[in-house]
Amino acid sequence: MTALRTPPRLSPHRSPRPAGPAGGRPRTRLAHALMGLGIVYFLVPLLWVVVAATKSQPELLSSPALWFGDGFSLFANLAQLFTEDGGAYGRWLLNTAVYSGVSAVGATLLAALAGYGLARFDFPGRRLFETALLGMVMVPATALVLPTYLLLSTLGIINTMWAVILPSLLSPFGTFLIRVYVAESVPEEIIDAARLDRAGELRIFFRIVLPMMRPALVTVLLFTLVATWNNYFQPLVMLSDADLYPLTVGLTTWFNLSQQAAGTKVVFHLVITGSLLAIVPLVVAFVLLQRFWRGGVATGALR
Amino acid sequence: MAPTPRKPYSARHPLAGALFVLPFGLVVLVFLVVPLAYAFWLSLSSRSLALGSRFTGLDNYVTAFTDPQMLDGLVRVVVFGLVQIPVMLGVALAGALALDAIGTRFALAYRLIAFMPYAVPAVIGALMWGFLYSRTFGPLAGLPTLVGGEPVDLLSGSLLLVSLGNIVTWSWTGYNTIVMYSALQGVPRELHEAALIDGATPVQIALRVKVPAIRQAIALAAIFSAIGTMQFFTEPYVMARFAPEISAGYTPNLYAYNQAFQFSSFNYAAAISFALGFVVFVAAYAFVIVRNRLGERA
Repeated sequence: MTALRTPPRLSPHRSPRPAGPAGGRPRTRLAHALMGLGIVYFLVPLLWVVVAATKSQPELLSSPALWFGDGFSLFANLAQLFTEDGGAYGRWLLNTAVYSGVSAVGATLLAALAGYGLARFDFPGRRLFETALLGMVMVPATALVLPTYLLLSTLGIINTMWAVILPSLLSPFGTFLIRVYVAESVPEEIIDAARLDRAGELRIFFRIVLPMMRPALVTVLLFTLVATWNNYFQPLVMLSDADLYPLTVGLTTWFNLSQQAAGTKVVFHLVITGSLLAIVPLVVAFVLLQRFWRGGVATGALR
Repeated sequence: MAPTPRKPYSARHPLAGALFVLPFGLVVLVFLVVPLAYAFWLSLSSRSLALGSRFTGLDNYVTAFTDPQMLDGLVRVVVFGLVQIPVMLGVALAGALALDAIGTRFALAYRLIAFMPYAVPAVIGALMWGFLYSRTFGPLAGLPTLVGGEPVDLLSGSLLLVSLGNIVTWSWTGYNTIVMYSALQGVPRELHEAALIDGATPVQIALRVKVPAIRQAIALAAIFSAIGTMQFFTEPYVMARFAPEISAGYTPNLYAYNQAFQFSSFNYAAAISFALGFVVFVAAYAFVIVRNRLGERA
């Protein structure tokens, strides 16, 4: 497969940049100004949600959108958020954590096993499977949602946690990334040396190969974690029981109730506070893991 | 022990590797191959109250590709992609080139902040922008009044598609910036140092040396964006509550969803879903193969 020729870009830090044209020079001023505009653009909706989460429902309509209102209702909103509908939000938060945690860990483990098997073993059908894998990467996940729903509904397991978790274990992209990473970064000699020491194959995988794959594993884990944490279409289709909803589906049901013309239940302030709380964990995770996660793994693998 | 030539491990244990691949292979079978096959099989029959379920061959596909609602949606996402993807990738490329050339703290802050929307669920991104666009909550509709204009309706007419495009651009520009920035990190320094000695300006180096060096990464970003656009669902589905103009067939995927869950036409929904995925898959795969062939020749 020609797509695999180029090594992935994984060098953690390039040698320090020679002191070239630095900030402050006239020619980088324009670039800095444009980046400043970009920062405003990317931050405004996030700032809005932070500001709006401090407002009560009436204040949302009466105060300026991008500035604080007279009161400070963040704590009242949070308290109501977790008591509304018999504590539905807490359940949705827990569901989301379970769905995305189990799916991400499971998908990453499957991808690690398969990526290693494809990169360091030969067996009948391997080449065919690798060619097919490149095709699977191209199958959009959303295109599988309705077909999977139709299948699972005949098997009678829709509207269960499994209907959300099991299909999310599929990560051809993750397998592909790890396959390329192993081919480049896990030397065959080390594995052969371990075999001479009569280590079992599973032991070699877990004790030697897995630690060597860490940058690729973190990348795949974050990819799949974000994909499942943020997923909407799949749980929307699979679930009808509100107790099983993840945050994305739960919050939109509250939003839709509030939006109805003769709505008896207007809880925009809870939708907003709940949205803020739903995005904090992932944003924090990404900023903290920035050091470990390599967008470059992705580009390198698919060059 | 002297290293005696012996058969490689995989020749002695031909199934060891297959066992590592097996769990993933099972998931592929159960959640990719079988659902697609089942959807295809369902799409070959039709169900009506009078006749029950009967085999109708490719009728559902003929219906889908002559269905004005479906075609409307298809044209809409194609037009959307032709405008939104170049804008998004252009901004991302400019950002990546700037980050590669400028190592200030400000540039680092830009990288972090531009990437943040990627971690925000599409639903919540759509809700936030929906509030910002809306006339009751948001400040954006009233912006033109600052310069003496009329408030605009961002949620109908020709601006609706622009508003949707803005949400997608906001969500994915930073992600694509990081992907391209990482690719730029792999461009050998010698290339631009040579150009620098030849008296090239930083902008010339960016456009003539760096951009061609990462064209593969740019092409891939374009493919994945196109795949995502063809499946466009979440943003229009959520925004439909703000914008009544978003009809059941606004995008093909929305149409498939509504066929299944509003009208219970599961066979027809299966046909749309399968056709949509299949077209995207074949186009993307063909593109990758052609590009690799060309890359080999070059």
